[in-house]
Amino acid sequence: MDLDKIITLLRDELGDRASVEAAENCFPEALIVSPKTLKSVCEILYRNESCYFDMLSCITGLDNGPEANTMEVIYNLYSIPFDKSLMLKVILEREKAEIDSLTNIWRTADWHEREAFDLYGIQFVGHPDLRRILLPADWEGHPLKKDYEHQEYYRGIKVEY
Amino acid sequence: MANEIQYKYHPDNLVLSEPNKYKESELKSTEMVLNLGPQHPSTHGVLRLEVLTEGEIIKEIIPHLGYLHRCFEKHAEALPYNQIIPFVDRMDYIAAMNSEHAYAIGVEKMLGITDKIPKRVEYIRVLVAELNRLASHFVAIGTYAMDIGAFTPFFWMIRDREHILRLLEWVSGARMLYNYIWIGGLFYDLPVGFEERCGQFVDYLRPKLNELDDVVINNKIFVDRTANVGVLSRDMAINYGVTGPMLRASGLRLDLRKVDGYSVYPELDFSIPIGEGKMGAVGDCWDRNYVRVQEIHESLKIVEQCLKQLTTDHKRTRDFDPQEVVPKKIRPKAGDFYVRAENPKGELGFFFRADGRNDIPFRCKARACSFVNLSVLNELSKGSLIADLIAILGSIDIVLGEVDR
Repeated sequence: MDLDKIITLLRDELGDRASVEAAENCFPEALIVSPKTLKSVCEILYRNESCYFDMLSCITGLDNGPEANTMEVIYNLYSIPFDKSLMLKVILEREKAEIDSLTNIWRTADWHEREAFDLYGIQFVGHPDLRRILLPADWEGHPLKKDYEHQEYYRGIKVEY
Repeated sequence: MANEIQYKYHPDNLVLSEPNKYKESELKSTEMVLNLGPQHPSTHGVLRLEVLTEGEIIKEIIPHLGYLHRCFEKHAEALPYNQIIPFVDRMDYIAAMNSEHAYAIGVEKMLGITDKIPKRVEYIRVLVAELNRLASHFVAIGTYAMDIGAFTPFFWMIRDREHILRLLEWVSGARMLYNYIWIGGLFYDLPVGFEERCGQFVDYLRPKLNELDDVVINNKIFVDRTANVGVLSRDMAINYGVTGPMLRASGLRLDLRKVDGYSVYPELDFSIPIGEGKMGAVGDCWDRNYVRVQEIHESLKIVEQCLKQLTTDHKRTRDFDPQEVVPKKIRPKAGDFYVRAENPKGELGFFFRADGRNDIPFRCKARACSFVNLSVLNELSKGSLIADLIAILGSIDIVLGEVDR
């Protein structure tokens, strides 16, 4: 199933609410999805028999910096029966980086979302257990943000080396 | 000043940095929290498991990660593409060649030079990657046998792995972290005489694998300990994003070397073993190790075919330059890329965003297979005995360097 068909399918299913469009210069092919429709888009992609994206390979957080004032979350889906990969891109406001959690669809999302929260501070609404995963719980700030400044001391240890 | 200890001791430090999910005071009188790790040999590194138990039965496992976090993605934001390769080595340090290979083919795909890579380079890459896959599976099976109480297989496996490490040291100059596969080529051509020595190693290893079958896989004690333990159903494996030998042990024939057909894998003849539930249920601990052993046989086949190609059609020539297509400047065009390859432990993926103006990736994220495979642990061991937890954890075959990155 190629990208045009997926877009038609999503527009048929979601009607007016659908705001999906193809993105350029991406490998594999990508869709830009609005944060509000992400969950329903993913549910259709997961359940519909003609695409059946049963595996969520990767979730990537991304910060475009204070100038662009946006953050992105990128989802890489893979359909095992159709051997088809798809990328979903969601653009968020930097001040209010919030998005629906996909843990109810793919359990893989659990740890990936925790990682994105840990490193970017993106809030995943509906996540069962949104804690830091890689950094210590009492670390300050989210290190992969473009305007991140690390704390001076952590437990009396100088962070700057 | 330099020798001054900079650490402020406080009794609550551990509690504050990695607090338990369950507090003693909130537990029922029949429940108990058991802490496993981070310095426990059977966690294969530094992994801490908070185990909520009721008697001997596990109710929930909360893994606490990050003890080996070395900020791979933060470093990658400051380094040019070719200088990230040594950092990629240090993710899965048991199978560094495979990770390098995955990374290199990813960047080459972004640059659009995949078709220009000389065949000899591709065969050498596959050869060293498959040797490293053998080494990785040796560690997996050896340490697993040790986890569940058999000591001899560990020595045997490490002995055979040593031959591979010496071969790879001869190739690259390093035993574990190679920086041998470069974007667009290789550090060096194979050393003179390597093909012959490698062929001798294959001949040496074949009979040893029969011994491995006898002492581990078909050993009655091993079968009793692992069959029907930690059964992972196929659907659950897919939903958790589990890949590699673990997914194949659950009965799905999915191998990216076949599915994506990258490098020269389409030209090579090998099959993909899956778990069949010969000793118990499909997807139990025994199946996972059975699949690994079968993969060792398949990798040996690939090694032999590569050696044949490297001594006949693509043999060493005086003017062969493995760095012929290595780009002087690595500056991919702007765009987003997700590329993946089959590592010994599963699907290793890299997400890149290139802005087209820089030699440094705007974002480089590694989708680590051990990280995703480990996330299924809670689901897998719920309701089983504490003693089985070690058997289940070992069969997942994690490398903490890759889990924590």
